[in-house]
Amino acid sequence: MDFTRTYDVLVVGGGNAALSAAITAAQAGASVVVAEHAPKAMRAGNSRHTRNLRALHPRPTEVLTESYLEEEYWDDLLRVTGGRTDEALARMTIRASEHAPGFLRDCGVVFQPSLSGTLSLSRTNAFFLGGGKALVNALYRTAEKLGITILYDTEVQHITIEDGFAREAIVSWRGFPERIRFKAVIASAGGFQANREWLREHWGDAADNFQIRGTPYAQGRVLKDMLASGVQEVGDVTQFHAVANDARAPMEDGGLAMRLDCVPFSIVVNKDVERFYDEGEDVWPKRYAIWGRLIAQQRDQRAFAITDSQALHNYLPSVFPPMKADSIGELAGLLGLDAGKLECVVAEYNATVQPGSFHPTKLDDCRTEGLAIPKSHWARRIEKPPFYGHPLAPGITFTFLGVKVNERARVMMADGKPSANIFASGEIMAGNILGQGYLAGFGMTIGTVFGRIAGEEASRLVRN
Amino acid sequence: MSETEATVEARRQMEICNACRYCEGYCAVFPAMTLRREFTTGDLTHLANLCHSCKGCYHSCQYAPPHPFGVNVPQTFATIRAESYAEYAWPAPMGRLFERNGTVVTLVAFLAVTLVLLLTMALQDPAILYTAQTGVGAFFRVIPYWLMVGLASLSFGYALLAMGMGALRYWRGTAPGAGQKPITVAPVAQAAFDILTLRNLGGGGHGCNDLDDSFAQKRRWLHHAMFYGFMLCFAATTTGAIYHHFLGWKSPHAFLSLPVQFGTWGGVLLCIGTAGLLWVKTVTDPGPVAKRLLGGEYAMLGLLFLVGITGLLLLVIRHTGAMGVTLAIHLGLVLALFLVMPYSKMVHGLYRGLALLRNAQEKRR
Repeated sequence: MDFTRTYDVLVVGGGNAALSAAITAAQAGASVVVAEHAPKAMRAGNSRHTRNLRALHPRPTEVLTESYLEEEYWDDLLRVTGGRTDEALARMTIRASEHAPGFLRDCGVVFQPSLSGTLSLSRTNAFFLGGGKALVNALYRTAEKLGITILYDTEVQHITIEDGFAREAIVSWRGFPERIRFKAVIASAGGFQANREWLREHWGDAADNFQIRGTPYAQGRVLKDMLASGVQEVGDVTQFHAVANDARAPMEDGGLAMRLDCVPFSIVVNKDVERFYDEGEDVWPKRYAIWGRLIAQQRDQRAFAITDSQALHNYLPSVFPPMKADSIGELAGLLGLDAGKLECVVAEYNATVQPGSFHPTKLDDCRTEGLAIPKSHWARRIEKPPFYGHPLAPGITFTFLGVKVNERARVMMADGKPSANIFASGEIMAGNILGQGYLAGFGMTIGTVFGRIAGEEASRLVRN
Repeated sequence: MSETEATVEARRQMEICNACRYCEGYCAVFPAMTLRREFTTGDLTHLANLCHSCKGCYHSCQYAPPHPFGVNVPQTFATIRAESYAEYAWPAPMGRLFERNGTVVTLVAFLAVTLVLLLTMALQDPAILYTAQTGVGAFFRVIPYWLMVGLASLSFGYALLAMGMGALRYWRGTAPGAGQKPITVAPVAQAAFDILTLRNLGGGGHGCNDLDDSFAQKRRWLHHAMFYGFMLCFAATTTGAIYHHFLGWKSPHAFLSLPVQFGTWGGVLLCIGTAGLLWVKTVTDPGPVAKRLLGGEYAMLGLLFLVGITGLLLLVIRHTGAMGVTLAIHLGLVLALFLVMPYSKMVHGLYRGLALLRNAQEKRR
C-alpha cells in the first residue's frame, strides 16, 4: 500500500453503501481506495447480515411480484416514520430504488424469489441469493476487478476538515498509524450501535443489556468525528431500531437468526410478571420492529414469551431451544419468574380468551375481552402442555443519528452550506430519510441509491 | 446411524440454519431441512448425503468461521458422509477401510496391478508380454479369456452385491419413520434427472463456489465429463461383450467400431474430468473442505484417471510390443477399481442417489 499517493476518492467503510459508491466512482474513472475497519472475513458491516432490498417496480420482474409504485412506497415510509422524513430525499430514493437491483445484478449479485420465513415480502423486496454476505462477496469481487484498492483492518480515526473541505484521513492500518490523501471522501461507515459507551450516555445502565445484532465495528467513530468537525447532524441520538432477540444470544454479531417471532402467538411478561403490551396488535411483519424498544423499557431489559404446544409450529424455530415444562409453575421456575404470579397471569388471560377461528398469518378474531392490556388477535388459551418460555432481550440493529446530506449525497455543514468534497451514503446518513421506525429492506435501498449518487458526484468533482 | 462428534456438531449447525434460512435458494439441502424441526442422526445422514458440497452456503454464511457460531455445513456434512459410508458398508467390518481410505485405495491398486502382471507371466509364456500381438484374439493371448472374464465378473459382481447391501442398510438407517409414502415413478424420475444433470451443482443457473466465493460451473462440467466418460467406457465393455458373444466379432476391433469409439471418447472424458477435479481440489479455498477425507478422494480420482489414461495408451500402442504390459496394467487397475468400489468414494454416487430419491419422495407429501 502506497500511502504517499493521493487517491481521487477515499471511501470510508466496507458495506453495501461503501462499495456501491466505490464501484460507481471507479467505473467513472476515479482512483478509489476503500478503508474497511473489519478484517476480510468479517467485512461489510451490517450488510453481511442483510437479506433483501426494497425496490419500486411498475410491473413484475424476475424476482418481484405484481407492482410497487411510488405512492404506496411513500405511504409505507410515511407510516413507519410518523412523518420524520425528508419528502424530497425520500421520493428521490424511492424513484431511484427501481434501478438498484439492476445495478447490483451488474455487479454480480444474484437475486432469488423469496421463500419461506421471509415475512411475506415477495412483492416489495428483492432477495439476495444466499443473503447479504453473498451480495458483498460479489461487490468486493467487482471492486477488485475495477482496480479499487481495498484496505482491510483499517480504521479511519479522523478526517481533517477545514471550512467544509476534507484534507486527509488519519487511519490505523493493520495497527500502524498512517494517513490517506484524497481529493474527495465518501463516508459510509455506518451508525454507532456497537458503541456501548455512547449508548450509555442516553440509556444509562440499560445499555449494558442491549444486544448488538450486527457488526461490532459500528463504533460511530467517523460519525462522531465529522459531527465534531462542523458537519450538520440529523436524527435523534437516543433512537435506535431494535427487535425482540433471544436473551441468550451473543452480545454482538448474533445476526438475524437470534430474533424471535413467537410474540404474536404468546403472552409476554416482564420480570415483574406483568404483561405490558398487546402481543396481537398487528401482523408480526408490522410489529417486530417495536418490540425491541418495548423490551428495552422493561426492568433489566428482559421479557419472557410464554406459550404452549399448540403454538410451537406457528413461528420459525429458535436457535436456542425454549424452556420447556409440564406446568406453568415449573416453567416460571426455569425462567426465574414468580411461579404464583405467572400462574395468575396465565389463568386471568385464559379466562378472557374469546372463541374464534385461529389464522396464524391473518388478523383473526381470536382475542381477549376485559383485560387491561388486551391481546387483539391470535389469542388462544395457554393450556396444552408442554409449556414453552422464550427469554427476550432488545437486539439493536442500527442507530438513527447521522450526518445531514443533500440530494446529491453531499454532506451539509452546520452553517447550512454543502461541504466541498465530503459525501455520505448508507446508515451514516439514513436518518435523513428514516427518522424513526423501519421498513424491511429500506436500509439497503438507501445504501445502494446514495452510494451510487455519492460515487457519481465524487468522481465528477475530481474530474473537474 | 450412531451419534458422533460430527452429528452433534451438524445438529447444532442445522438449528442455526433452520432459524436463518438465507440459503434456501442454493440446493435441496435447505428446503429439506425446513421440513424438520428436530434432527435425528438419520435425518442428518440424509441431509449430509443430499449435500453436493457446492459450498454456496459456506461462502454466503454470516456465521461461518471466524464467527463464533462457526457454521461450516459443507465440511461437517462431508465428515458425516464419510462416517455413513463406513457405517453402512457391507459386510460391516469392511467399514474400517474408510478410515485411511487413501492408503487403502492406493495399496489395492498397486497389489492388483502386481497380481495381474504376475498371473500373466505365470500363466502365459512371458515372451508374449514383450512381443507384438496382432490379429483376432490378440488380447486374450496376453491374458486368457477365462481369467479376464472370471476376475472381472467376480470382482464386479461382488462390488454390486456389497453396494446393494450397503444401499439397503442406508435406506433403512436414514428412514424418517412411519408415514412414508411408497416410491412411485415421479420421484424416481425426479431423482434420475437430478443425478444425470447434477442440478444441485447448478445453484439455480449461476453455478456454485468451486474455488472461492465466485460462482462457476467447473465442478459440474468436470463431474459430467468424468461420469459420462465412465459410462461410455462401460458402454464400450458392454458392446464389446455383445460383439463377442452374440455377433461373434472378436477383439481387437477397428478404431471406428462402436466399442473402440465408446472407449476412446469415454477415456478422454474420464481423463479430463478426473484431472480437472483433482485440479479443483488442489486450488480450492480450504475453508469448507474436510481435509481428513482428501486422501481417499485424491486416491479415487487418481485411480480413475489411471484407468482412463492406460486405456487410451493401450489403444495407441496396441500393435506394438508394449501392448502386453500395458494391457496387464490397465486390467490390473480396472480390477482394483472393482475391488475398492464398495469401500471408496465411489459409493457416494449410490447414497447421493438415494438421498435425492428420498428428497423427491419427501417433497411430494
